[in-house]
Amino acid sequence: MLKRLLASREILLLGAIMALLALIATRFPGFVAPSNLAGVFNDTAPLILLAIGQMIVILTRCIDLSVAANLALTGMVVAMINVAAPGMPIGVILIVAILLGTLLGMVNGLLVWKLDIPPIVVTLGTMTIFRGIIFLISDGKWVNSHEMSAAFKALPRTELLGLPVLSWIAIAAVLIFALVMRRTTLGRAFYAVGGSPHSATYTGINVGRTQFWAFTISGALAGLTGYLWVSRYAVAYVDIAGGFELDVVAACVIGGVSIAGGIGSVAGALLGALFLGVIKNALPVVDISPFWQLAISGSAIIIAVAVNARANREKGRIILKSAEHAA
Amino acid sequence: MSTTDRFIPDRLQSPLERRLKSWESLLLLVAIAIFIANSFASPYFLNAWNLSDATFNFTEKAMIAFAMALLIISGEIDLSVASIIALASTAMGAAVQLGAGTPVLILVGLGTGLLCGAFNGFLVTRMGLPSIVVTIGTMSLFRGISYIVLGDQAFRGYPADFAFFGQGYVFWVISFEFVLFALLAVIYGVLLHKTNFGRAVYAIGNNPTGALFSGIRVARVKFILFLLTGLMAGVAAICLTSRLGSTRPSIAFGWELEVVTMVVLGGVNILGGSGSIPGVVIAAFVMGLVTFGLGLLNVPGIVMSIVIGALLIGVIALPRLWKMWRG
Repeated sequence: MLKRLLASREILLLGAIMALLALIATRFPGFVAPSNLAGVFNDTAPLILLAIGQMIVILTRCIDLSVAANLALTGMVVAMINVAAPGMPIGVILIVAILLGTLLGMVNGLLVWKLDIPPIVVTLGTMTIFRGIIFLISDGKWVNSHEMSAAFKALPRTELLGLPVLSWIAIAAVLIFALVMRRTTLGRAFYAVGGSPHSATYTGINVGRTQFWAFTISGALAGLTGYLWVSRYAVAYVDIAGGFELDVVAACVIGGVSIAGGIGSVAGALLGALFLGVIKNALPVVDISPFWQLAISGSAIIIAVAVNARANREKGRIILKSAEHAA
Repeated sequence: MSTTDRFIPDRLQSPLERRLKSWESLLLLVAIAIFIANSFASPYFLNAWNLSDATFNFTEKAMIAFAMALLIISGEIDLSVASIIALASTAMGAAVQLGAGTPVLILVGLGTGLLCGAFNGFLVTRMGLPSIVVTIGTMSLFRGISYIVLGDQAFRGYPADFAFFGQGYVFWVISFEFVLFALLAVIYGVLLHKTNFGRAVYAIGNNPTGALFSGIRVARVKFILFLLTGLMAGVAAICLTSRLGSTRPSIAFGWELEVVTMVVLGGVNILGGSGSIPGVVIAAFVMGLVTFGLGLLNVPGIVMSIVIGALLIGVIALPRLWKMWRG
């Protein structure tokens, strides 16, 4: 029953995206040309990667507001490594990015697991700390395109079978994590911990450690995206991806991930990200000022969370007539 | 995030109260230590006018923090406060373009704050949505509306007598803002600690269901708290706009973090149920003194944010580490 509900939700969202595309296509047929859609997907790839990590974190009843700052810090570090040692192979850079991101995610996870500090406090704090560290290591300076090596900038753009590597990485992440969430003990543990922490404890799942792994995965994906972001836009500075954590949370909420934990899927996160990606790319096409984007994603979050709540609301037993809802 | 594993004290007040008291006296010691350290670190610190200037670092944020403290004690949170400032300031700017005088501007500022607070409160209490997602959504929405109205422009041309609220002095070096801050501290202190309403706030934070069954109108109290938080953001918007003399959509960006930090630093439990206004007042001074002292030492703002972020995590982590270390 729950599964059917989820499936229908995702199909609903897919329908909404299709309807949106159809609406745009009536006036601007060029927007739905395969090459343009591939471009939209490629543009949304970083959001998809982060949304998968965020989805897992939210599943375990936490939230990670530090993803964008993690991305920016990792991006700055690999950019500076590239400037200092232009000959370093891209494979090493990639590993450094993932490891550093993982480490930053682990810091969040440890604070939540070992010290039992509320996740929102931890990640609000690390968000500002990470940004501050970028300033400290870079002295507030930019790393510009001409300082980066050609190989450093080339990877996300290299085309493979008609799609850039950036898109392929997003596709791979979607497939891998769809498998992890469905077929591994850890994946099921994420659902169990968020669905009912007490029952999870009784079945032998360590709730804190599971949350720690969720933050670690989110950090690893943010680190990977950090390199991809910096090499794709060919610039690194303190404020890259500023406020992007809100888009990531928005993508999850729109994708049907319940902020109360336990409900969500990789497909939902993917579709939520694509929904925002289509809107973002369509705005300039339909000649609406990009200044509308913030308000639109805000409204989308509110509408999506309202729809989610309606679908997921548990019916309590009424023992007092006209009882107020106690949150 | 998790409401289930919040524990309820099995006896009345005294141990809890003693702990709170010691927290506040500890904080006071920290404030005094920072004050002394600052006066040694910079020869410009011990100057009445400089100290008066320093109060502007925290008065506006503290006004919001008072209402936020009550909201967090009740178990909710409002991350949209900085965006309410932006929207209220934009509304006042628009009113100026229509030829409004100072009294009308005040009404517009307060009214916008109240409306935004009512919107948040409606979504949380009537629709039963989680406040953290709702206010992440309205955080984008409110500031997004400012961006739609202003784009990359700015509103200027505020009437001359409007400048009093942010730049005026009541007596010698005592600014209007500081007087307002002190007045609001007393009002909120009385409201939280000396009235039925205040007791209801604690009751709701400790056990919303229990509060409901003891006849407290949980939803109504929470709605009023959202209104108050919105109203305080409106007051802060008036002071800040008057002090800056112009409105840009990026006004007060990131303030929600500093307000929440102030509240948590003041000893309010982020999960709700405990905290005090005197604690928040001292926390406001601590943060104001830290940022002012670092400013005198030419530390850039972004590095200060590392300190703020570390404070936020540190004040929660240290007591827990201490407890773990003691076994």
